[in-house]
Amino acid sequence: MKQKNIFIVAAVLLVIAFITGAYFYKKQQTEQATQLAAQNQVALVRPDAPSFGNADAPVHIVEFFDPACGTCRDFYPMVKALMAEHPGKIRLSMRYAPFHPGSEAVVKALEASRKQSKFEPTLEALFASQNVWVQNHVAHAELIGPVLEPLGMDMGRLQSDANTPEVATMIARDLLDAKTMNVTMTPEYFVNGKPLPSFGFDQLRSLVGDALLANNAK
Amino acid sequence: MRFTPWALAFSAWLLAATATLGALFMSEIMGFAPCVLCWYQRVFMFPLVFVLAVGLFPFDPKVVRYALPLAVGGLLVAGFHLLLVAGYIPETLTPCRQGIPCSTVQVEWLGFVTIPLLSFISFLVINALLITAYLKTSK
Repeated sequence: MKQKNIFIVAAVLLVIAFITGAYFYKKQQTEQATQLAAQNQVALVRPDAPSFGNADAPVHIVEFFDPACGTCRDFYPMVKALMAEHPGKIRLSMRYAPFHPGSEAVVKALEASRKQSKFEPTLEALFASQNVWVQNHVAHAELIGPVLEPLGMDMGRLQSDANTPEVATMIARDLLDAKTMNVTMTPEYFVNGKPLPSFGFDQLRSLVGDALLANNAK
Repeated sequence: MRFTPWALAFSAWLLAATATLGALFMSEIMGFAPCVLCWYQRVFMFPLVFVLAVGLFPFDPKVVRYALPLAVGGLLVAGFHLLLVAGYIPETLTPCRQGIPCSTVQVEWLGFVTIPLLSFISFLVINALLITAYLKTSK
């Protein structure tokens, strides 16, 4: 039947146009992001950002994250496991991108916890209790007190450290860097300056794998 | 076959399917968050693809009756959206208080082609095609 054929051909053409359009758009976006990352290494790698792992590791993952972000929470142990698979080979730097309303005050406390060498336990406690202090995508900094108290920090000092201009400046700088790197969603990962081709843990794993291979070939 | 009611309804379907995939491309691939008014236009546009497709095989001239209310509803929302973007309706009168303001122009091709304009033209042409198909069959 002629009409049916016309219909099927049109439908197939539309779908093909959509898929090829999506493919080329993504490819172009990745190229642009790679170029952007190459041009903005300074904005990407800040020496004072909190980091995990061997400081001289050949593979450097920079993560823009928000402690109030559920996907950041879910990815955190996965990235840690990936680092454990390659001991000494991967360094993870954490950059602040408090995109959730109210999250900035929580990030201030997190940054202040570094002064008492409690960044890692604070981050992990915040992630673990995220559903307590994040409600309907709004972070409630007033609820994190009971979460942080068991970590044995001087809470008065934490509060005064959190409200210093240095901390505010650092967060503002990280947000500006996120903007420079075109980071609009969290978590966002860069591996040795390269952005993920598309979001996903497998993509992160393969990018890390490529970086490790490139290092071994040296 | 040219300008038969079937061909007219098919053209309307083709346009609705293109608009639907285009809207999905912009929101899912390009990452533009649709504003509230865009969602209402989607509510009218997306079902047209299915309603018209069902009416084409076998061709049921009554499909115009079922599709036209959607096309008219979409046209009204798109028209409202255009007036909003153009500034004739103040933003405070719209339901967009949070999220993406509907008066924000996210795309401007060739200096004047915006997403609400594309939507308005699509609905306008779909309406014209469906009404022509209706007039042809009622003759």
